[in-house]
Amino acid sequence: MKLKQLSLFLQNEPGALTGPCRLLAEAGINLITFSLADTRQFGILRVIVRDWEAAQRLLEENGHLAKLTDVVAIEVEDKPGGLVNILTVLERDGINVEYVYAFTLKQGNKGVLVFRFTDPDAAIRQLQTAAIRVLDAEELERRLGN
Amino acid sequence: MDFLPLEQLRQIQLTRLQAIVRRAYDRVPLFRRRLEERRLVPDNLRSVADLARLPFTVKADLRDAYPFGLFASPLQEIVRFHASSGTTGKPIVVAYTKEDVDDWARAMVRSFCACGVHNGDIVQNAYGYGLFTGGLGAHYGAEALGASVIPISGGNTERQIMVMKDFGVTVICCTPSYFLHLAERGSELGVNFRDLPLRIGVFGAEPWTESMRRRIEELSGIKAYDIYGLSEIVGPGVAMECQAQTGPHMFEDMFYPEIIDPATGAPLPDGQEGELVITTLCKRAMPMIRYRTRDITSLVATPCVCGRTLRRISRISRRSDDMLIIRGVNLFPSQIEAALLAVEGTLPHYQITVDRQQGLDTLEVQVEVTPEFFSDTVGGMEKLQGKLAHAIESVTGLRAAIRLMAPRTLQRSEGKARRVTDKRQL
Repeated sequence: MKLKQLSLFLQNEPGALTGPCRLLAEAGINLITFSLADTRQFGILRVIVRDWEAAQRLLEENGHLAKLTDVVAIEVEDKPGGLVNILTVLERDGINVEYVYAFTLKQGNKGVLVFRFTDPDAAIRQLQTAAIRVLDAEELERRLGN
Repeated sequence: MDFLPLEQLRQIQLTRLQAIVRRAYDRVPLFRRRLEERRLVPDNLRSVADLARLPFTVKADLRDAYPFGLFASPLQEIVRFHASSGTTGKPIVVAYTKEDVDDWARAMVRSFCACGVHNGDIVQNAYGYGLFTGGLGAHYGAEALGASVIPISGGNTERQIMVMKDFGVTVICCTPSYFLHLAERGSELGVNFRDLPLRIGVFGAEPWTESMRRRIEELSGIKAYDIYGLSEIVGPGVAMECQAQTGPHMFEDMFYPEIIDPATGAPLPDGQEGELVITTLCKRAMPMIRYRTRDITSLVATPCVCGRTLRRISRISRRSDDMLIIRGVNLFPSQIEAALLAVEGTLPHYQITVDRQQGLDTLEVQVEVTPEFFSDTVGGMEKLQGKLAHAIESVTGLRAAIRLMAPRTLQRSEGKARRVTDKRQL
């Protein structure tokens, strides 16, 4: 049920983001979604791509630090309170969320969020018990079409 | 000489010290001028403690005197030159009379004996032969001892391994890092050093650590001994470890050691860490009075189990020319290195930048992030920064700003790594 996310260490300086993005672009690797965390000193770019193995190899060969992390894609109703429902379940069970960002894809009135949990397996168990839909890679692929 | 009662040793030192200072005063214009500036004459040297009143000699003096300016013997009496590569410009030239070469061989014989080498041993001398003092220094000593010397010099690793195996080599002389390379290459070639008669390594010419010694001994089954020397004083054989392996004994009757505060030049007592300063007590061609080695160590006067009365030097971890003074605190890059190593287990690439902002020194340590320590969360990275800063503060007493850097962004250098940038305009 978990998805692979690639995290990249970036120095906080002009052009730091362009380098790895260009590398992926030139290799025809599309960013399904991404988020950028930044501090005054450094940034962490997190990306979801289809062929993460190829992307990681390419980035590392070019001297980047690219680390794999397990994240969880969760379906969320696109209406007020959609996110709160999920968070309530997580909070009730003491599941720690490290960070969260969104997919651009949408199906009907459902959107998809990417969650990074301290303990993704426990999170998945609790979410499924609460009948909240967790998308695996195949389902994500299907929704992306093509 | 190694086991003399202390009073006798001190008496010999004083007699030789007086003679060498007299020789330098009479024959080396630079030294005479410096004594005159201090209104001193050789007769002022009444005790060994008076040595502290004499001026230091530094590496730049040798460079300025290039090539023959500090000789105390006429060229007809010089039988040998050596030179060390200067990091900038001209090399440093040293010279020996026949007696100097013989004395040096004697120091090397004592060095070999101290660690258990004897006649009948087969010595593979993989120190470089030539202007570098290592090769010929070890060669003359091993030959004078009556050992069988293989003057193979450095390089050509596969031939070294073949000779070691085929000749039944029992003693090797080289740098510790080269020996590790030999042992590793050997195992790739199917030659396990543990199966060879090799039993002693005489390792020097570069700083090394206790953990390196353990690694060498585990890998090859030999005993690894630390030899200390520098060409300005004579070459290898200034100090050598005995079989107790608790730091090299200084051959004090030939090379008088002092420890000074590198910042003030004040003498420090035995046991206290500072810069090693050496006065040659016998050298004729080129006496060195209070030569500042730049090596940071301490003199260990506690008795050694071997019974030698010669003081030992503790392991040389760093050099005083690397020392930075930040907010009044002495800082050595090796301390930063130790802190980084303690946190990460292996040494990441790092650089130190010192600057001054609004009259206050700032210390920044740039550290390349390694895969093991990269976290995808900001919190994880900030925790790493905090750990590194804390480790540096607990080792040095200084708060450092930690800047995490992407891999391969810090400059690599082929030779000596340039780890420190001091931007202060002092």
